[in-house]
Amino acid sequence: MNVKLQPPASAYFITKETESAERRTLSVLVDNEPGVLARVIGLFSGRGYNIESLTVSETEHEKHLSRITIVTSGPPHVLEQIRHQLERIVPVHRVVDLNLVATSKGHDKPIERELALVKVAGTGEKRVEALRLCEAFRGTVIDANTEHFIFEITGRVSKIEQFISIMAPLGLIEVCRTGVVALSRGAEGMLE
Amino acid sequence: MAEGNGRREAGARQMTGAEMVVQALIDNGVTDIFGYPGGAVLPIYDEIFQQETVRHILVRHEQGAGHMAEGYARSTGRCGVMLVTSGPGATNAVTPLQDALMDSIPLVCISGQVPTAVIGSDAFQECDTVGVTRPCTKHNWLVRNVDELPEIMHEAFRIATTGRPGPVLVDIPKDVQFATGTYIPPSAAKRRTSYQPSIRSRSDTVREAIELLRHAKKPVIYSGGGVINSGPEASHLLREFVQLTDFPITSTLMGLGAYPASGERWLGMLGMHGTYQANMAMHDCDVMLCIGARFDDRITGRLDAFSPNSRKIHIDVDPSSINKIVHVDVPIIGDCGHVLEDMVRLWRAGSADKGRLKPWLEQIESWKARDCLAYSPNDDIIMPQYAIQRLYELTKDRKTFITTEVGQHQMWAAQFYGFEEPNRWMTSGGLGTMGYGLPAAVGVAAAHPDALVIDIAGDASVQMTMQEISTAIQYDLPVKIFILNNHYMGMVRQWQQLLHGNRLSHSYSEALPDFVKMAEAFGATGLHCAKPDDLDDAIQEMIETPGPVIFDCEVANLANCFPMIPSGKAHNEMLLPDEASDEVVSKAIDREGAQLV
Repeated sequence: MNVKLQPPASAYFITKETESAERRTLSVLVDNEPGVLARVIGLFSGRGYNIESLTVSETEHEKHLSRITIVTSGPPHVLEQIRHQLERIVPVHRVVDLNLVATSKGHDKPIERELALVKVAGTGEKRVEALRLCEAFRGTVIDANTEHFIFEITGRVSKIEQFISIMAPLGLIEVCRTGVVALSRGAEGMLE
Repeated sequence: MAEGNGRREAGARQMTGAEMVVQALIDNGVTDIFGYPGGAVLPIYDEIFQQETVRHILVRHEQGAGHMAEGYARSTGRCGVMLVTSGPGATNAVTPLQDALMDSIPLVCISGQVPTAVIGSDAFQECDTVGVTRPCTKHNWLVRNVDELPEIMHEAFRIATTGRPGPVLVDIPKDVQFATGTYIPPSAAKRRTSYQPSIRSRSDTVREAIELLRHAKKPVIYSGGGVINSGPEASHLLREFVQLTDFPITSTLMGLGAYPASGERWLGMLGMHGTYQANMAMHDCDVMLCIGARFDDRITGRLDAFSPNSRKIHIDVDPSSINKIVHVDVPIIGDCGHVLEDMVRLWRAGSADKGRLKPWLEQIESWKARDCLAYSPNDDIIMPQYAIQRLYELTKDRKTFITTEVGQHQMWAAQFYGFEEPNRWMTSGGLGTMGYGLPAAVGVAAAHPDALVIDIAGDASVQMTMQEISTAIQYDLPVKIFILNNHYMGMVRQWQQLLHGNRLSHSYSEALPDFVKMAEAFGATGLHCAKPDDLDDAIQEMIETPGPVIFDCEVANLANCFPMIPSGKAHNEMLLPDEASDEVVSKAIDREGAQLV
């Protein structure tokens, strides 16, 4: 039998992405109720969006409102979809693209900070060097014995990354990071 | 207070969770629900037993309950309600929930859950229902306390029916159904502030759209299911707008009936199996007015060649639909009915030169003359297209509702059955659920006892939810199941012919039941027809036979559904039936198209 096989195909038309990805920080104000975080995360995984960082905590106890800060990336039309899809979630009150707010106010980007706990173990020269660098990065020692330190360090993501990479050869054991929290500059809040 | 049993109107008073559920159904105007009992919903079933305001229709499988509720909702414009037990009851509801989500059908699903104390312990018939249904509902709730229950019930109806309609689910643990609390009527219930869908559009965008349309030389209206969802008034306004403007109009599968098929400006359905004139008009237009549709991939074809020279106006109640697939020039966020009302008013306030449309309308006539739905008639075998045409001719003067399953028969129904009214056509468009049509027809019949309700089915699809014919028998719902029997999963086979080198892998129905005997076994009437000359009489018999009928209509086995936009092609590269020789079909997909995932 000499059957000529055709390659498989389908009717979906997949366009190549022409726009380049941008990094954005979204602030999402939600009712703090069971499942709300699952709705937000499920949206991102279900629709194939990126999450680079996510933080969440109740910020207004009387109103039971939580603020979720999401760092995501994608081409502009995808970022617009992410915002609208988030707004469809019933417990979501407001979604603000903090980078767009910053741009509209003439700023480069929103205020973003992250906190990291960094455990470093070692003795001798390396131990002294680690402590010296922690001071240079304006970190604090929150736990120590003769063999280790835990440093607390706060700052922009790039600063945290830099500190962690410097610690690597000095006896880095483990790291815990909060993810990015962010606010827009200026006097206005996100509901205004 | 209330007359009689006290259930007619309830102010704030003490009752059990199960009573609250039934009371909330009554207070939200529900008269019919579709469901199946089980351990975790027995308290609610006990309440249903003790009242007569809400009719409960017992199904044979929870999926059937969901599609019945969908058919009920789509044919009435009201909210459909289904009631299922925990675990398998809830997981069986997933398909209709996702179906309703994709087709924007208002649906409230109430599910029982194991008692709160054992949630998380892998109890008998436990499943994480809110977790499972989170992505396939507009919103869902696990009710943890009986005091939350009334407000959640009322909010469920509000969220399901407002904005872009959709399915919601309320999961109620058994102990909450037994617990006693204070019932609050809908008027006194708190509404959550985070959900406030906008229905009124900004007037400046509507004005901009009207200006664009007034000067359009080659306009086309592309309407969708949103017009149907908006209510009969929106369809009325759409017809008025077409009459005022003389614009040609096409529609998606979901939007059929909003503009009558007999209307002067009707182009037929668009998209993959749409008409030549509709797709050519979409491709060549200079202004496109999209009303309540969402640029689905079965509509657009090749995206980078989709209507390349047009300015696009998009009306949608859901802001996330705007610019999701296709970039539009004038986005209008609002309910179709409200926006159309503004558009009609603004159009009347100005003037437009109708003569400018003459070359365009002539062009469209020349496309229509191509007769893209033509097929070769046959004296010995019933052509499926012919079967739909005869069904249409013999039922068009009655109050007829059509549902379908999914596949070739669905496309032929859309192409050859002329829909004159909105809410008369129920089909699974977005999810493409085989097995939708039979239960949907039962739901339609429950809502419209005086109507002729026909499920145009395929031999494969109909077997997926066939057991619901038993429900139709039980409640004397005279649905007519019109099976275009070609012994194949026809659409699967068509794609295998087009895309997979004619290797017909598992698309032949090798062990079909005898549908006539099966009908009789259920207590329905079975009819069989295989000859074109007998068809009219047989259809007439189907219509006149009281009670449910299963009609086994044997059609040409190898007929395929054309016209078709092949893979990776644009609207102006349709494959027309008279061109679709075996050779052309095998070469329809070029190398580039074949590489698409």
